[in-house]
Amino acid sequence: MDFTQVLQYCLAGITVGSVYAIVAIGFNIIYSATGIINFAQGEFLIVGAMTAVSLHHYMPLPMAVLLAVAITAVLGGLVELVFIRRVRDASVLRLIVITIGVSILLREGMLHVWDEQVRGLPYFTGTSLSTIGLMGARISPQVLWVLGVCTVIVTALTLFFKLTLTGRAMRACADDRMAARLCGIKDSRMVTLSFMLSAAIGALAGCVISPLTQTQYDMGAPLAIKGFTVAILGGLGNSMAAVVAGLLLGLLETLAVSQLPVAYKEVVSIVVLLLVLIFRPSGLFARRETSALRA
Amino acid sequence: MNKHLRMYGPVIAAAVAVVVLQLALSASHAPYYMTQVTMSVYYALVVLGLCLLMGYAGQASLGHAGFFAVGGYTAAVMTTCNLNAYRDAALIGWCRSVGLLIEKQDLYGHPMLCFSPWPACITALVLTGLVALLIGVPVIRLKGHYLAMATLGFGLIIHRIVQGAQVFGQADGISNVPPFQLFGDLEVNGRAAFRVQNYYIAWTVALVALVLAINLVHSRVGRALRSIHENEEAAHSLGVNTYRYKLATFVLSALFAAMGGILLTHYNGSIGPSEVSVMKSVRYVAIVAVGGMANLWGAMLMGVLLSFLSLRGVFGTYDDLVFGAILIVMMLFASEGLLRMPNWRALRARLQGKPHG
Repeated sequence: MDFTQVLQYCLAGITVGSVYAIVAIGFNIIYSATGIINFAQGEFLIVGAMTAVSLHHYMPLPMAVLLAVAITAVLGGLVELVFIRRVRDASVLRLIVITIGVSILLREGMLHVWDEQVRGLPYFTGTSLSTIGLMGARISPQVLWVLGVCTVIVTALTLFFKLTLTGRAMRACADDRMAARLCGIKDSRMVTLSFMLSAAIGALAGCVISPLTQTQYDMGAPLAIKGFTVAILGGLGNSMAAVVAGLLLGLLETLAVSQLPVAYKEVVSIVVLLLVLIFRPSGLFARRETSALRA
Repeated sequence: MNKHLRMYGPVIAAAVAVVVLQLALSASHAPYYMTQVTMSVYYALVVLGLCLLMGYAGQASLGHAGFFAVGGYTAAVMTTCNLNAYRDAALIGWCRSVGLLIEKQDLYGHPMLCFSPWPACITALVLTGLVALLIGVPVIRLKGHYLAMATLGFGLIIHRIVQGAQVFGQADGISNVPPFQLFGDLEVNGRAAFRVQNYYIAWTVALVALVLAINLVHSRVGRALRSIHENEEAAHSLGVNTYRYKLATFVLSALFAAMGGILLTHYNGSIGPSEVSVMKSVRYVAIVAVGGMANLWGAMLMGVLLSFLSLRGVFGTYDDLVFGAILIVMMLFASEGLLRMPNWRALRARLQGKPHG
């Protein structure tokens, strides 16, 4: 492989990697607020993209994407209100099983609403053929959209959690639910909000990646696994590390695909997941608090 | 004596019910239902193993279809691959001399040399045990979510390997798996002539497995497992080697799944990647949940019933949806399972949004 080829693969890796990072941040937001891993996280991306595809028939693209994000956020909130809220104190086993059930409901619901056809949003700028040259490598302008949107999401979230009152309240709840409640924070509202937030960023990521990868009703589960791998790799609850881990996994995956048959593409990230779970379950950038994850 | 009767009474009753069901089906105009019951019983075997793991050891596995596949595919590959080209190799020669191989002809009359089902079955079980051990040793140390994701990942890997590797027939799977001759005239064979015989073979295997599981649960091991489920730290502090018990249960439950896989593969004469999909694993979890988690009888009954309904196509295109909905409803309203459900007051209280308990 010469330099341009490596560069080309790296760019592809960074593109998928940044989407994995967004999925991982979605996991993290909900995990911090509730201690639940939301197995339906991958479905939020697909719901968002599919809704945008359908809405795009009736309205311009930016409107469709925004509305799709809003609709998915409402869906995320509903998931929490209907399914999670009743059993918040139940065992981990029960909660896992519930979110798995939710992911199946969403997936099968999508199958019945949008059938099994592969769909995709149009390219945000240019067409599928337009490219931009970068030191000999060629990239689609959509790649820039993906990278840009992911950067904006991460920055906005960071600012939101640092600067706004709601963001701080959410962080307080994640730290210590009881103490937050004593300060007058309505913790149940924060949990709902965390579901809405991660559904929304999931939907947005789903929309920007849709022109590149296309979207099908059952693509959520692989995305969720990879997002989870990234979340674990970075250390659960650590969103900044998730970005680094996401890019890392994306690069690893594309480089592996350049050498292995495509059928094994997913095997790479799952092997990474298993290895991390075995050797460093608290993540590559382990913090003290998370080291208690082992039994 | 009395104690034994109490424990095995239900098993005898179940055996009687099995006979009655057979007679009824044979007398009815739809004896082919028996074929689907037989298949369901093999699926129930997987569910039974998972029930031990989830209900008694409190560990979720989302990869049981993977173990089913390791068993089924190993048996299928060994009994269908043609070793004729290696006829003269020392190892193959030895295998032939001790009777592990059988000679036969394929559809076009070419000579074939394959493993006979018994050694294939034993190899499949040993292999599954080893795989489960290999996965279990690191993974069983992990808590709830992590174990679930790790087993889910394991299942996905098996799915992708099966779809990607030439040996496993890729998307086509493996067909022409020969019948499994157990003893004498008894064989696991899907042809209509063998229908009644296989119905009883399947039920015998399942009931033996059930008795084994019941004995296990009522033994020292079972008490240790339940103490782990209730409170792992407390069990640990009382000197229960929680890790070893959980690992042993994990391997045992994988073996149950593999056994189901092996027998069903011989019965169907084929196995394909759809048996390994994540949805299959989730479905087993759903059935265990409906059965009532720590309820072997419930798992058995629901395993047969729901698999049967699904195989009959009762749920139509909503098949997966039904199992997803079952999962949620059971977990929200009746985490004790359907068979202990009549806790209507708590249900009503919950529906009205009042905190319960």
